[in-house]
Amino acid sequence: MKLIILENYSQASEWAAKYIRNRIVQFGPGPGRFFTLGLPTGLPRDHPESYHSFMWNNFFKHIDISPENVHILDGNAPDLQAECDAFEEKIKAAGGIELFVGGIGPDGHIAFNEPGSSLVSRTRVKTLAMDTILANARFFDGDLSKVPTMALTVGVGTVMDAREVMILITGAHKAFALYKAIEDGVNHMWTVSAFQQHPNTVFVCDEDATLELRVKTVKYFKGLMLVHNKLVEPLYSMKEMGAERSQSKKPYSD
Amino acid sequence: MPSNKSVSDAPIVQFTNCRILRDHQLQREDLWVREGKILNPEKLFFDEKGSADVQLDCKDSIIAPGFIDVQINGGFGVDFSLATDDFKSGIDLVSQKILSHGVTSFCPTLVTSPPSVYHQVLPQISVRNGGSHGAGILGAHLEGPFISKEKKGAHPEHCLRTFEAGAFQDLLATYGSLDCVQIVTLAPEMKRSSEVIRELTKRGICVSLGHSVANLSQAEEAVQHGATFITHLFNAMLPFHHRDPGIVGLLTSDKIPAGRRVFYGMISDGIHTNPAALRIAHRAHPKGLVLVTDAMAGMGLAPGRHTLGQQVVEIDGLNTYIAGKCCTKTLSGSVATMDTCVRHFQEATGCSAETALEAASLHPAQLLGIEHKKGTLNYDSDADFLMLNDSLYVQATYIAGEEVWRQDVSGM
Repeated sequence: MKLIILENYSQASEWAAKYIRNRIVQFGPGPGRFFTLGLPTGLPRDHPESYHSFMWNNFFKHIDISPENVHILDGNAPDLQAECDAFEEKIKAAGGIELFVGGIGPDGHIAFNEPGSSLVSRTRVKTLAMDTILANARFFDGDLSKVPTMALTVGVGTVMDAREVMILITGAHKAFALYKAIEDGVNHMWTVSAFQQHPNTVFVCDEDATLELRVKTVKYFKGLMLVHNKLVEPLYSMKEMGAERSQSKKPYSD
Repeated sequence: MPSNKSVSDAPIVQFTNCRILRDHQLQREDLWVREGKILNPEKLFFDEKGSADVQLDCKDSIIAPGFIDVQINGGFGVDFSLATDDFKSGIDLVSQKILSHGVTSFCPTLVTSPPSVYHQVLPQISVRNGGSHGAGILGAHLEGPFISKEKKGAHPEHCLRTFEAGAFQDLLATYGSLDCVQIVTLAPEMKRSSEVIRELTKRGICVSLGHSVANLSQAEEAVQHGATFITHLFNAMLPFHHRDPGIVGLLTSDKIPAGRRVFYGMISDGIHTNPAALRIAHRAHPKGLVLVTDAMAGMGLAPGRHTLGQQVVEIDGLNTYIAGKCCTKTLSGSVATMDTCVRHFQEATGCSAETALEAASLHPAQLLGIEHKKGTLNYDSDADFLMLNDSLYVQATYIAGEEVWRQDVSGM
């Protein structure tokens, strides 16, 4: 894995954004050649305003994406399992996920794969843990009884199938989960640990999130920042990429 | 990009690289328009899977709702209170010319006139949408003749009337028809005004207090019966007195019925009101301030003599006084344009651009109860808007999403 440690939340976000941008540009998407970006469902679809608005305001309205290319799991579908299966099919049809970007819960979950989720699970209906329900209560006016208890989520296995995985972890409250994810063993109680077995994972975090890690680990990866920063500098743009595509091999390997 | 719009095939225009006035703030957002209305891009994206057909770069302009002028007596040589043969073309001319001032909707105003004028002129005014032909007409504003003799201002005394005898019937007989009337200004201290105010309010006509010597309780009573506006605050009314604030006291009155707001017109041309007075009013009741021009026929023309209904008026620079009486110094209308009023208002009060723009768009729309379709850039409202630069000079005017005026590059 690559562990990228930045000073704070904004720097971590910026690094991640630049990385994703470079990846998309270097991939050279075009008609018929899709860069498939995977994102976990942020909130149960039962609250359509929040999630769709969130995605619109923070992502879709700033880019020139075609609405037909946006696939969001529909929690109101009549047959939820069929909806999940169809989602897996759509991923296959798009050529598989090129890059999956996600966060991590304080209990170490990726997407809604709560502790105890199978590490080879696929997109399915999942019962939410109390932690997650509490965290989501803010979207339902703090009323716990209103928070949905089930959600549709991509599975751990689904994400493992992506060609690259990027996990964003910021804040001291995630520090223990990060420790469990990368310094302990692979364990279905901390589902993010599954990515230790993925060939291409990037963890982007801020200083606070490293609070539970060994000093040795942090020093090692901080020392690699010179090399890792080559992934975001130079920052490529679609217009320049025509001529340079042949040269855009990764500067080094893991 | 292929679009798969399920609701309508009409072209969708996306205005980018701009700051739009929404929710009382200038936000860096794109403005989407379809079929003359402001479109919700999120719904378009998720529900219709649609996208823009045309994208226009606004070069970092401010986009604000079009201005609404609820008190304008004429301009460019046209006087709305004169029953001429070519009245219709006169009103068309003014509505076309004020597009360059950023006005997208207005209320042609008639000053105190003999009944014959009302009977001839009012049927020629019709409520209509704006477009490339000119700003939209929301309805007439009848300022008088039921006003106070002591505060007639430039209105001709011989045409003043009362409705003591027949109350509302008298009013109807004077005007002839109220079909296209949006606002009536009257003096509430007149006998039987409460009945008249109630009748007018019942018909959806906005009642405004002005040209009056009413004290505060008379004014408050009028508001309780339905009055919601004050015509050119400070002008043609008793001055504020600390033991009887008069009509001016409505700005901070505690007798306003719940859920209602009293609005007040201000002519911020630098002449009708001292900037300090403008600031006092603004600070006392910022949400009620409505910018009006009270422009008359001479607006837009060279200095000289013009008419204002039955009066002759002399214009010298920005000053407009009743002609002939060299010492009278009675103001009579103005030659200010709406955009200069907005800029002067901002300068005098030091308020934000958002506040200045809303005083000329959102507040008049709220006064007339039309803010669900005019005066804002909210989704589904009419796409009447302006492109302005940072100094609030209008660069382009749009009505129903179509460009109806653009500033010449040579800077005219």
